[in-house]
Amino acid sequence: MKKYAAFTVLVVLIAGGAALLQPRAAKADATPRVIEVHAKRFGFTPDQIQVKKGETVKIHLISDDVTHGFFSKPLKLDEVVSPDAPVDIAVTATETGKYTIICDHFCGAGHGNMGMSIVVEE
Amino acid sequence: MKDINRRSFMKLTGTAIGIGVLYKAVPLVGQSAEMAREIGKNNGEQVVPFSFVQLSDTHVGFNGPPDPLGTKAFERAVEMVNGLTPKPELILVTGDLTHDSEDKDVHSTRMKQFKEIASGMNVGTIKCVPGEHDAGLDGGVLFREHYGDTSYSFDHRGVHFIALDNVSRAKPEVGAEQREWLKKDLARFPKTAPIVVFTHRPLFDLKPEWEWFTSDGDDVMNILSPFQNVTVLYGHIHRDDEHEVGSVKHLAARSLIFAFPDPSTTPNKKPNPFDKEHPFKNLGIRVVDEKPGAALSTKDVELTLREYSGINGIQQLIKEPSL
Repeated sequence: MKKYAAFTVLVVLIAGGAALLQPRAAKADATPRVIEVHAKRFGFTPDQIQVKKGETVKIHLISDDVTHGFFSKPLKLDEVVSPDAPVDIAVTATETGKYTIICDHFCGAGHGNMGMSIVVEE
Repeated sequence: MKDINRRSFMKLTGTAIGIGVLYKAVPLVGQSAEMAREIGKNNGEQVVPFSFVQLSDTHVGFNGPPDPLGTKAFERAVEMVNGLTPKPELILVTGDLTHDSEDKDVHSTRMKQFKEIASGMNVGTIKCVPGEHDAGLDGGVLFREHYGDTSYSFDHRGVHFIALDNVSRAKPEVGAEQREWLKKDLARFPKTAPIVVFTHRPLFDLKPEWEWFTSDGDDVMNILSPFQNVTVLYGHIHRDDEHEVGSVKHLAARSLIFAFPDPSTTPNKKPNPFDKEHPFKNLGIRVVDEKPGAALSTKDVELTLREYSGINGIQQLIKEPSL
């Protein structure tokens, strides 16, 4: 029994030592890329951004004039940004493609064509 | 009110007349007609077939590319309505009566101008709902000053009409308060009541990327779902369209200012270019004939231009852009 116990302790020690020698996986950088987007009648700047499939980006949305919407049904985005109150929006696209974001908060005569694109690549 | 059987109450047929839609409501016989009389008697109205017209998106105040004709199509529409046989008893205008302006006085002038032109129609009743250009910037304040409530209901010859506002909250939505009002409004009616909902934006996802949707449209349609005779009339998209969800038909009217293309043919939401040879092309509304058991048929009648034919005539109509 003593030999068995000693053997068990030895195995545990060896396993623990082996574990210590394993190269540590590099700590993942959890900070998403921040993309600043400005909304001003009647467009977004930039009007197109590129992201990788599965990448989470943070869109820092700023209104330079009046309240605007930021809407995309496929990307499940439905935000509102007011002047002096920027919003941060996490976006993760799981499928490649080109997605249209529109302003869906009526902001004047040119509102109907106010939009931008997010291009999701592999 | 008595519980009526599930037979269809009303045959609603529509005829496009190039400027809007002329609808004819015909109550059927039997228990359904009895229910119609129940609804109609509150107004003291006889339940007989009647016609009504839907006009949409006149955008009074808009003048410039792609349509340099200003209110000419709307004025022509008034003439055509006055020439209709049978004479319509009711006009419904499904939004964007005016083009928006941040100058309250300018916008108010446009609202008055809409009324002046519309008053030329020899029709007893004109009912309107706002579009985003009428009410999106100020929450409907000016619209209410000039035209009254943005959402309401009324009965006409046994048909229950419901005006829904999906623009005054700036975003495309009806909103919880209005949905609660809708539930209470509908609670008065049996499930076979003929109901016509008129609103501005589509109550379904027609093309969300072009803002052709209402975010709580599904919630609204769920409230209406128990009712068997519902038709939804709307505008906003500047083209005719017909969409059926369950037993509900959603019918869009063409505008009286400029047309948008078919969204399935292009990703770009750009108005159709102005055609000097056919200046009123694609303006107006479509005809829908609905007959039980038969395929839907449509007929389009464009605005006639006899009096404006010829390049010289068109040039006289084309004003300098002044948005």
